[in-house]
Amino acid sequence: MTKKNLVPFTGDQAVAYAMKQIDPDVVAAYPITPQTEIVINFSSYVANGQVSTEMIPVESEHSAMSACVGASAAGTRAMTATSANGLALMWEVVYIAASTRLPIVMPVVNRALSGPINIHCDHSDTMGARDSGWLQIYAENAQEAYENTILAVRIAEHKDILLPVMTCQDGFITSHAVEGIELFDDKKVKEFIGEYKPQDPLLDIDNPVTYGPLDLQDYYFEHKLQQSGAMKNALKAMPEVFREFEKQFGRKIDFVESYKLEDAEIALVALSSTAGTAKVVVDELREKGVKAGLLRPRIFRPFPRENIIKALGKVKAVAVLDRSESFSAEGGPLYTEIKAALYDSDIKPLAINYIYGLGGRDIFPADINKVFEDLQNIVKERKVKTPLNYLGSRE
Amino acid sequence: MAMIEVRWHGRGGQGAKTASQFLGEAALNTGKYIQAFPEYGPERAGAPMRSYTRISDKTITVHSSVTNPDIVVVIDPTLVGSIDVTEGLGDKGVILVNTDKIPQEMRKELNFTKGKVATVDATKISLETLGMPMPNMPMLGALLKVNNLVSIEELSERVRAKFSKKIGEEKTNANIEGIKRAYKEVNIG
Repeated sequence: MTKKNLVPFTGDQAVAYAMKQIDPDVVAAYPITPQTEIVINFSSYVANGQVSTEMIPVESEHSAMSACVGASAAGTRAMTATSANGLALMWEVVYIAASTRLPIVMPVVNRALSGPINIHCDHSDTMGARDSGWLQIYAENAQEAYENTILAVRIAEHKDILLPVMTCQDGFITSHAVEGIELFDDKKVKEFIGEYKPQDPLLDIDNPVTYGPLDLQDYYFEHKLQQSGAMKNALKAMPEVFREFEKQFGRKIDFVESYKLEDAEIALVALSSTAGTAKVVVDELREKGVKAGLLRPRIFRPFPRENIIKALGKVKAVAVLDRSESFSAEGGPLYTEIKAALYDSDIKPLAINYIYGLGGRDIFPADINKVFEDLQNIVKERKVKTPLNYLGSRE
Repeated sequence: MAMIEVRWHGRGGQGAKTASQFLGEAALNTGKYIQAFPEYGPERAGAPMRSYTRISDKTITVHSSVTNPDIVVVIDPTLVGSIDVTEGLGDKGVILVNTDKIPQEMRKELNFTKGKVATVDATKISLETLGMPMPNMPMLGALLKVNNLVSIEELSERVRAKFSKKIGEEKTNANIEGIKRAYKEVNIG
């Protein structure tokens, strides 16, 4: 067997390495488990003079995002990284970054929000921020965590988008597991992201502009419509960036990944690392002749409605797995949005929701196998008895 | 090679995580696909912890922890009896324990009737080679005798790459000597 030129990196190391290659003008960050290794590794790059970044070791995440807003408005390429309670602490500034149309890139290592306090993976942190106006990209593994970080720079700074991007990976499961990663050439990354040309920077004193003014009944609404328009633009503009990414690095990226869905009768929808585990189950079921498939949204914001409808086009029943509880009493965020998308489509597969993995509760192939068994029964009975379920819990 | 899954048992600070990673990284260098990850609980020195290594010819997409390991490595013998170290081991499963006991004796203690039991006094080896009770590297050497996942040379190369700068040439050589001695001294029953 030939050697594959893969390097052993954790998800956190991979993201820090992507940040090194991006070499942002400003990074303001505060360490928090399980994001800590991103900050540790990137700080070493700064200390060793391997990047030219101005690193601001802030005293809190609120300050981290505030410093990024200031730096980005000034006209620099700015980044930070966080997890869970850190994201919660920067909350008001997260919204300000998006509404000010600042193309900040923020890797988020998904971790359960307190309380009770927990350091392990679920998606309650970024799912809570799904209406903040940031784009969200979810990584299945460390390789994608690396790729998404590089990709996000181009998407955030796209002239038709100009919105901040969160690149999410599963805490510990991805962030602390060593896998073989294919790293891209420094020069190729530089070429891909290009030189940052800020629009209307605050420090362009010959062309003075105002950032963050009071905006009341007269124009606030229109500014929100522009922000909403930018998110819609992202759906149109991103495919071109995906194509360029593939041309540059030879790796295909799309809004969603369809796994054995072409002729699938039953399908599962899951984000991030769980989709990888589900692939093993799909493969096993396929060997037994069960027409099972998997849909993994890689982009969650903007919501890739058309891609989802198209991918699920032929399924009779779909199970949506949510790694967060929205407490709506109506199901998790992924489920409610997938179901809403399917409402407008010609196909109306039966849909069922499973909330799983909260606070890092492990999800095994056997759990996913059970979901597919449930789906087979749903197809037989043509009915979903209990739409909202909890997978892998004691109750 | 189908996927091989290794579960490491140790106590916080004994280097189970490092050992699981070194094995994975050495295999990666030979062209395999790998995963190496610890099970994070309360992170404190002395607390029982687990770590995992997956090695395969094909891309590994599963991301749950290992429930049915092919090989179990017990770095700290005091864990035997206090936690179920043979949990999930199948008929062909192998358990390797750091102990001065012979495999037959350890088999009784483990109440393990299947597969293979291997023993090596890794703590003694590390004391004699490194001058410190750090049995994780000798356990790696013993493991390679149990299952030739990578060669001793490939592992040593990885150890050298990871350790040389960090702990110096002398200690690195001592670690590699420990690996080689354990490879020779392991008893398989």
